[in-house]
Amino acid sequence: MLDPAAAATPAAAPGRVWRIEDLGSLWTLLILFAIVAVFSVITPRHSFLSTTNFRDTLLNTSEILVVALGETFVIVTAGIDLSVGAVLTFSSVAAALVMVQLSGTTAQEAAFEFPHEALGIPVGIAVGLAAGTAFGWVNGILTARLRMPSFIVTLGTTGIAAGGADLLTGGTNVPNVPTDLQTWVGAGNVLRVVPVPVFITLIAVVVCHLVLSATRFGRHTYAIGSNIEAARLAGVRVDRHLIRVYTIAGFLSATAGIIDLARFDTATIAGHATDNLTAIAAVVIGGTSLFGGAGTIIGTVIGTFIPAALANGFVIMGVQPFWSLVALGAIIILAVFIDQYRRAQRNWR
Amino acid sequence: MDPVPLLETLGISKRFGGVQALEDVSVAVRHREIVGLVGDNGAGKSTLIKIISGALPPDAGTIMLEGRQVSIATPLDARGHGIETVYQDLALAPALDAAANLFLGREVVRPGGVASLLQWLDKREMRDRGRRMLESLHIRLSSVSTPVETLSGGQRQAVAVARALSWGTRLVIMDEPTAALGVAETAKVLELILRIKASGLSVIFISHNLPNVFRVVDRIVVLRLGRKVGDLSRTDATMEDVVRLMTGAEGGPSSRAPVP
Repeated sequence: MLDPAAAATPAAAPGRVWRIEDLGSLWTLLILFAIVAVFSVITPRHSFLSTTNFRDTLLNTSEILVVALGETFVIVTAGIDLSVGAVLTFSSVAAALVMVQLSGTTAQEAAFEFPHEALGIPVGIAVGLAAGTAFGWVNGILTARLRMPSFIVTLGTTGIAAGGADLLTGGTNVPNVPTDLQTWVGAGNVLRVVPVPVFITLIAVVVCHLVLSATRFGRHTYAIGSNIEAARLAGVRVDRHLIRVYTIAGFLSATAGIIDLARFDTATIAGHATDNLTAIAAVVIGGTSLFGGAGTIIGTVIGTFIPAALANGFVIMGVQPFWSLVALGAIIILAVFIDQYRRAQRNWR
Repeated sequence: MDPVPLLETLGISKRFGGVQALEDVSVAVRHREIVGLVGDNGAGKSTLIKIISGALPPDAGTIMLEGRQVSIATPLDARGHGIETVYQDLALAPALDAAANLFLGREVVRPGGVASLLQWLDKREMRDRGRRMLESLHIRLSSVSTPVETLSGGQRQAVAVARALSWGTRLVIMDEPTAALGVAETAKVLELILRIKASGLSVIFISHNLPNVFRVVDRIVVLRLGRKVGDLSRTDATMEDVVRLMTGAEGGPSSRAPVP
């Protein structure tokens, strides 16, 4: 069909190890290293690089990273999920209320006694996860079957989930959550070193990475994001797949909600309102295109830690936290600009 | 003479809102036959092949395959019957590489308990087989591992055609395969079409380019305003005949019947 001369493209000459595309995913890692390096040097007593700080940053970033994992799947399909923060909140509220209900009477719990928490905690967790997953499923059904734009659908479910959480709690944080949850999960350690939330996040990262990069499910996710009609014509069950993707995002948001509940021993009503934008920013900074079809879990991990490291460094340096917001905004724009540039380079033909 | 046609559409009709895209269209494709499907814009050619390839359901009519009535409700059904299609826009996923596109919807999964449960992709196998698929059709790509959006139009066409040819076992449908190609590449596509026939498959080939059609087809089916107005063997037809049928200068409906 083509003679060899015409087949040589600048981006992939045979034998060459580095391609232009590789630079794209590499630059995010370089930026992260640069931030770490700079802050390690300039922070007093190099406290940025201490194990305590490292551990604390990982712990504090774990929830948003789990949320961003789910968001990655959605954005790779060229959709968007604005409901992740609200679903996180709703899930943690649902879990907390069930735990409180099942673990003892009000009087007992006010005295920090939780006689039935061996039942209450697991059931509460299960209910919380189920609630978030159900929200994800609803997002999927509305987006895929009813062919509604995901932006609108998830905007709607954001209100429903956030409002629902307020209704269930009367607008306040849930008190009297069994403390063992915090002791063992929120503040507990695996192998005495790794905080449990970080461990959970690590497992989630590994599983999501493998699914997205190495399974048929992952490939179909990319295909749908790249050309949904082509995927349909190739026999991919697009509707069913999209429902699964949004359900996964809901489940991961719920997982983050459980982690949040475990860490703070209460279901916080406020405080997750902008998590959706933070997650989307992490995904975009990590190199995932909002147009779908491209992006990686590893990229999302890096994209989550860039703003986290920046904010952390600013705090240690005593810089006003608002500066990290400014920096984050600038990084997002830069990330999208670079993505556009790479696409233009790629499509020079 | 081939007694039982490979594929036959009987009385296919399809309406979109107020427009009757196809009206009672009956076309037969015989074994090892190249049928050129021609007609002006809006004649219903793409609609007909979308119905045959399972992308659209007909409102009325049946499809017979090897003399038996079949239902082609989805693209998967069509593939299951050995019918492959190269759509006008190629239906490739630009962000995926050539190997991934060649195996889209038919991914090779690693064998074994856990791996097949998770549907672990056998990427190396797909790359190797993909390379062989392309080589067997004399298609040269620098790499099967770069996103197809980095390939030229002709190369992308080649991948789409290779996909249909490699998987098709009975019929390959091609919608305007040469529309965006240059002279040399067009010649290659036509050569490929003849090779498909030689390997035992049949081809339905839509094109606006009558000279190209006349170069390779055995039969020409002419559609006009949703109806079949001509079904000629190439040896009996001249280009003028075909043009006259296409534009309605010779018989056929002179206007689209208003739909109540």
